[in-house]
Amino acid sequence: MNLPEETGTDGGGKPGHYYSYGIPYLSMGNYPGKLIAIEGTDGVGRSTQITLLREWLEVQGYGVIETGWTRSELMSPTIDLAKSSNTLNKLTFMLLYATDFADRLEKEIIPALKAGFIVLSDRYIFTALARAGVRGVDRTWIRNLYGFGIAPHLVFYLRIDEKTLIRRVLQSRGMDYWESGMDMKLGDDIYESFRAYQRALLKEYGSMAEEFGFRVLDARRKVDVIQDELRRQMAAFLAESDTLSPSQPAKAE
Amino acid sequence: MEGIDGSGKTTQLALLAKWLSAAGHPVFQTEWNSSALVKAATKTGKKKNALTPMTFSLLHATDFADRLLYNVIPPLKAGMIVLADRYTYTAFARDVARGVDRRWVRELYSFAVKPDLAVYFRVPIDVSVDRLMARRVKLKFYEAGMDMGWSTNALESFRIFQGKVLDEYDRLVDEFGLSVVNAVGSITDQQRVFRRLVSQQLEIKNQDEVVDESA
Repeated sequence: MNLPEETGTDGGGKPGHYYSYGIPYLSMGNYPGKLIAIEGTDGVGRSTQITLLREWLEVQGYGVIETGWTRSELMSPTIDLAKSSNTLNKLTFMLLYATDFADRLEKEIIPALKAGFIVLSDRYIFTALARAGVRGVDRTWIRNLYGFGIAPHLVFYLRIDEKTLIRRVLQSRGMDYWESGMDMKLGDDIYESFRAYQRALLKEYGSMAEEFGFRVLDARRKVDVIQDELRRQMAAFLAESDTLSPSQPAKAE
Repeated sequence: MEGIDGSGKTTQLALLAKWLSAAGHPVFQTEWNSSALVKAATKTGKKKNALTPMTFSLLHATDFADRLLYNVIPPLKAGMIVLADRYTYTAFARDVARGVDRRWVRELYSFAVKPDLAVYFRVPIDVSVDRLMARRVKLKFYEAGMDMGWSTNALESFRIFQGKVLDEYDRLVDEFGLSVVNAVGSITDQQRVFRRLVSQQLEIKNQDEVVDESA
């Protein structure tokens, strides 16, 4: 344990370090890499923004690695199986996601931070906390569970309103059983249940914005407008941090 | 029922179940790491030796949660006696022996139902090894703690790993008030002690019910 008192189970945590108890056999030194989380509900354009941001960072000479949510080699098949059979309950659902996250954290994120990469995370633990919150899972328990998470250096929250969110989800891929909260049986009307779920989800994200110091971006704007703002904030952050300084080629006049 | 591999707890549990059933108690048994849900992931992970102490811990917690909700709570609600071959203490002992944070794993399992009685079959490592060897048990990779890289020899690794697990169990005895059965004695002697512990518990239970009815 290298982080005793200063980080509680609640709150933002020190960037680049464990939120709480952490993983004793993997101590987090002051690694040169940076962890940047892009959070937001479905339909906010996270992956488009990440692709553009990565391109921009790489042109400047930064090494970039992307990581997603529930994509680990270990857990992906099990999560897909469990989702399709609807035998999951909220507790096992939360634990499967945490297992997946632990796998990616140890095998992708921490090694990348050690090696000095900028890790762009498409969704992060806040997705799990939001889904747990909506389902009434104990707040302290879920935060302790993710106590081994690394606090990101920056969390960008792409925010949209309920109406836009619903339209975008319906347009893109329709209503997924779990991610639409069908398991919660909020009502017989599928659309109403879906809407109630998305509203609750937005509320959870909203309440975490302060708790974890999200940088909130209005995601209803055009892609390039959002991207400009992301780049501006990233540039300011990278300018302040001295651990990552790629060799800058002389600019052509 | 708690204890390391080769402590004889599974034998003891089977005898106890027979006795309880014969006395007319409805019994339900559940076993560590047996839910269908996480079998796929555990199998993949174990085959590739890809599990870290954290994912190992979390997968077992997922299995536990699944069994708790389907195989522990419903039979308890139905008034049955649930016999669990290993419970949360197995995670507390093994995961911590693998280097997982002691407080984190306790909080992880805070959703578990506290057992009415937890019996720990304590056995020295030599006895456990002798029993496993006599049964020609092939030591498995994770059970022998070979993922930790302490020794490439399975038996040597088993000794080191289970030695650490025993230390953790000793800590748990005080922390959670586990009832200890000396698992070196004869099967019959152990079963006698075990049945006495359980019948004391059942008497307490029966008294509670009488009080409840009169209230």
